[in-house]
Amino acid sequence: MLQFLQLVASGIAQGCIYGLIALGFVLIYKATEAVNFAQGDLMMLGGFVGLTCTVALGMPFWVAFIATLIVMMLFGMVLERAVLRPLLGHPSFTVVMATIGIGFLARGVVTMIPGWGTDTYVLPVPYRDEIVRIGGSDGSGGLVLSMEHLMIIAVTALLILSLFLLFKYTKIGIAMQATSQNQLAAFYMGIPVRRINMLVWGISAAVSACAGLLLAPITFVHANMGFIGLKAFPAAVVGGFGSIPGALVGGLIVGIIETLAGFYLPEGFKDIAAYIVVLVMLVVKPNGLFGENLRKRV
Amino acid sequence: MSLDGEIILQLNNVESSYGPVKAIRGVSLAVRQSSIVTVLGANGAGKSTILKTISGIIDPQKGSVIYKGEPIQKKDPAWIVRQGIAHVPEGREIFPLLTVRENLLMGAYTRSIGERAAVDSEIEQIHAYFPILKERSGQPAGLLSGGQQQMLAISRALLAKPTIMLLDEPSLGLSPKLTKEIFEIILRINRERGVTILLVEQNARVALKYADFGYVLEVGRIVMEDTCAVLREKDDIKEFYLGIKESGVRGTRRWKKKKNWR
Repeated sequence: MLQFLQLVASGIAQGCIYGLIALGFVLIYKATEAVNFAQGDLMMLGGFVGLTCTVALGMPFWVAFIATLIVMMLFGMVLERAVLRPLLGHPSFTVVMATIGIGFLARGVVTMIPGWGTDTYVLPVPYRDEIVRIGGSDGSGGLVLSMEHLMIIAVTALLILSLFLLFKYTKIGIAMQATSQNQLAAFYMGIPVRRINMLVWGISAAVSACAGLLLAPITFVHANMGFIGLKAFPAAVVGGFGSIPGALVGGLIVGIIETLAGFYLPEGFKDIAAYIVVLVMLVVKPNGLFGENLRKRV
Repeated sequence: MSLDGEIILQLNNVESSYGPVKAIRGVSLAVRQSSIVTVLGANGAGKSTILKTISGIIDPQKGSVIYKGEPIQKKDPAWIVRQGIAHVPEGREIFPLLTVRENLLMGAYTRSIGERAAVDSEIEQIHAYFPILKERSGQPAGLLSGGQQQMLAISRALLAKPTIMLLDEPSLGLSPKLTKEIFEIILRINRERGVTILLVEQNARVALKYADFGYVLEVGRIVMEDTCAVLREKDDIKEFYLGIKESGVRGTRRWKKKKNWR
């Protein structure tokens, strides 16, 4: 039983990462109706920016953390302005191809930057190798959680809470929702739709960067760490593409199932478990868990 | 009737198109302060295009849109809303997952934070016009019925504090009773608040009843303009828009009459 809980706990931590990347997918999908296949690579860039801030610039970790989020947010906004906005009005296929291109470009460019390159780096975090025991006595037994996992869960919870407050209670957040629900009507209301889309890209990039920084202590920083985005995709589908709480729940489900499958099932199942879940989900409930299904009333 | 106000909105020879398809071909019209002006026309006559051109969603190829003496064509839609032109689009176009209240707040998007209290009190006034919106304030707007959504769309536009309101087929899909209710409110908004109204309608009977001045649009051109009292008595309007058919002297009627717009 304890072992099971142990696995679930680390599954949750893993799931939070998937959830955050899936959240990035969903934010952009809702705003622009295009899937950003470069989401994982934004995460990777976040990892490298964090690395530069801490190692090369010598910032304390949490200062570097905030700095990275800001840098990546600006990067996401610039990306929208420079690449995506000129494609406005083109079929979403064009946009998808553009994001795939951005992904390849990002992976390529990273290897050319001195200090980044193709090597694997350790992101120095203050909470490295610490563990927390829940239950048990005298420093033995009980549920053992690494500080890295706890941090992932805590920061994710904090981020989700602040995003929830942003979308629910601020004018700009409600305007973002409005724009994603009915872009034309948003234009009629005088909402600056283009600037809102730019901001959504910024937030999405920052959320991905956050996932990258949280994941870095576990998997290290390297040019291909963004491929984890391929597993965030099932998470978004399970949750119901287009639903923000769905992205997180989907991420947790995929994370937990994957961890359990890796332990209890024969070797190899760990990597395909997520996709089996997606296939089952698509057959049973094609809209996903939180899929929104609304029709227009006349 | 208020047909002696100053002209606040004027279209001069405006031509707009969707890609290669020309939707309006040289439309000129004038809207006087505090009046209700209607543009009548069949499907595809270009009625909605006129409104979209005014609110900046479509840029005209030719001609000018003059609002309060300034040309506003080809300006950003958000800027035009701030100048006091609010557009109630065809088919309501509410935000289905936002609550009724959040929809109303989005209508006030262009207003500054300092006007928060004013916006709140205006929402109260709107609740007086449409009590149902108060009742369902916290519900997602997508759950409202068609008529309620139309009320919401009008209220939302009202919160932009418009000088002039562009209404695109407010009667679309509504029962005659609801249509009447909506038009009574539009009339009240016009009379009580002095909001100028430019109304586009297919339902000529209702539009001619409530409006002061009317234009008739056919395939992108204005073919007739007059006060609604006069328009109601025109033969062509009666026959083609109101469906009143008169029999000839010998009790026969031409099977297909030609419109001459006289």
